[in-house]
Amino acid sequence: MLKVDRLVTGYRGKEGFVRAVDGVSFDIEKGETVCIVGESGSGKSVTSMSVMRLVEFENGEIVSGSIEYMGEELTTKSNEEMRKLRGAEISMIFQEPLTALNPVFTVGQQIVEAIRYHQPLSKKQAMDRAEELLTMVGLSEPKTRLKQYPHELSGGMRQRVMIAIALASKPKLLIADEPTTALDVTIEAQILELLRKLRDEEEMSIMLITHDIGVAAELSHRIIIMYAGKVMEIAKTEDLFDQPHHPYTKGLLESIPKMSGARGELLPTIEGTIPGLNQMPEGCRFAPRCPLATKKCHEEEPPLERKCSRQVACWHVEEFLASQREASERKEDPVEST
Amino acid sequence: MVRFLLNRFGQSIILLFIVTVITFFLINLAPGGPNGVMRMDASPEERQAMIERLGLDEPVIIRYFEWVGSALQGDLGTSFNSSEAVVQRIADRLPYTIELTVFTIIFSVAAGIILGVMSALKRGKATDHVINFSSVIGLSVPSFWLGLMLILLFSVELGWLPSSGVGPRGADFEFGGWLSHLAMPVLILSTTVLPNIVRFTRSSMLEVISQNYIRTARSKGAKEFVVLYVHSLRNALIPIISIIGVLIPRLLSGAVITEAIFGWTGIGTLIIEAANGRDYPLIMGITVVITLVVIVSNLVVDVVYSQVDPRVKNLA
Repeated sequence: MLKVDRLVTGYRGKEGFVRAVDGVSFDIEKGETVCIVGESGSGKSVTSMSVMRLVEFENGEIVSGSIEYMGEELTTKSNEEMRKLRGAEISMIFQEPLTALNPVFTVGQQIVEAIRYHQPLSKKQAMDRAEELLTMVGLSEPKTRLKQYPHELSGGMRQRVMIAIALASKPKLLIADEPTTALDVTIEAQILELLRKLRDEEEMSIMLITHDIGVAAELSHRIIIMYAGKVMEIAKTEDLFDQPHHPYTKGLLESIPKMSGARGELLPTIEGTIPGLNQMPEGCRFAPRCPLATKKCHEEEPPLERKCSRQVACWHVEEFLASQREASERKEDPVEST
Repeated sequence: MVRFLLNRFGQSIILLFIVTVITFFLINLAPGGPNGVMRMDASPEERQAMIERLGLDEPVIIRYFEWVGSALQGDLGTSFNSSEAVVQRIADRLPYTIELTVFTIIFSVAAGIILGVMSALKRGKATDHVINFSSVIGLSVPSFWLGLMLILLFSVELGWLPSSGVGPRGADFEFGGWLSHLAMPVLILSTTVLPNIVRFTRSSMLEVISQNYIRTARSKGAKEFVVLYVHSLRNALIPIISIIGVLIPRLLSGAVITEAIFGWTGIGTLIIEAANGRDYPLIMGITVVITLVVIVSNLVVDVVYSQVDPRVKNLA
């Protein structure tokens, strides 16, 4: 239902035009949950803001590529046409529950507003619907909550209110941009549980943006790994965890703490940092940090190629997989011999 | 709320005390004396008699407490130079100053918010630069000079507006005449506060439109008009309310100059008369009244503020 094709989005700044998203392609099926995973600065938020066409309000610009939603091209829609889609067909929840709600309006007013932009309901009817929504997202005493101001609620409660706002008009696609990053772990688990429930009950497609591959594992059918404005790998969640095809994916997976690890053992990290938007390397963008990088990697950019059910952008998938197999055999050998 | 008001009341008493002490002692330190005492043709005996009649032969501290004693009973004394009750003289003039300042506030706030919002929304464009430039000019050009230039242009050259006075009042009141007399004083007095409101609105609006909840509003499908004038402006106005409280004292001191230029018979011209004539009771009376006006208007601003911003309601 959503098909993003070679999307390029960037910002015009002092040093000229910088591309935050550079030729990203992916699609999301109906009822599917897709996670976009990447470090800060990988362009994942900009991708989601491009789909909503909200980048334009924050000095960004979609330069080329297409975003197709239900067969309709979004990039060429007028702002008024987009406005009718936002909140109705495609909704978004944000990273910062503490600041994403308007401080001078009550929770009820903010939900009612969202309902009435897209549905011909009276204020009274919309208020009833708002109460239903708050119950649905698991807030206790919804009647009281409706009259409260955002500052009277905790972070987790505010994020639930945001979700209620996003669900107000039963959108078909929900974009969740790091919805749990600002919350503590117990609340995070509750919000993820809520999203899972909504995914199953409301049959929504969800595009979940996160830097936490663990969160992605919880919820998603498929995972898109982004790095420096490019897609590195797209695979079904279990395939990706089972056998990463890209060195960067492997780096991400290895940096998850394991229950089996010894105490005091250092977690593996990916050396170096993500390049700045105005200092992108030639060739493969991950090459400067990649242990397998060759001359070719530094000179030519690998295309995103389909390999069975997945897509990978790497020149050395075969070598990488071979080295992975060797490594795992070496690891297993001593176990077998004892 | 009751506690807040009681607290404020206590602070106001202390403030009034400090202001009256400073004013009382300062005016007594100033050289010269009331008009009658300073008259050139008066003989030393006449002068002495006058000083005794006005009670000026007593020590300053005693006089201060005598003044406080009668002021607490609502008696601000009798003007030295006109032998009218101070309360009466102030009551005659105060409405004109209130009229001038209230219309100035209305005009400045309305124009300031419109210009400030325009400036913020057209950030970096020509409109923004023109508004910013005009604000700086308005802030830095002395209002007496600007007032005289306006009189030269509109009264002397063009003959459109009267150069001074408050216009016909009472039975002869006539709207056109009233407005033409009010226009220039309001405009000049506005230059003391309007630029601040414009600049403050601009920065407040710029800060608000980059907030996350504005993005949320757009993501809900709000029309751009609603995003800017409901979600943004409502938040941007909150700090502007508080700056109005800060600007009121400045407005009152600006009124002194403006009233003098345009012959506006308000409290501003009265205070000049009082100071020139060393009319101690009148000076004290005006000081008390102006202090009260500032205290009350700030209180009103704070109460309005707590009603507009849900986050401070509980604190108040």
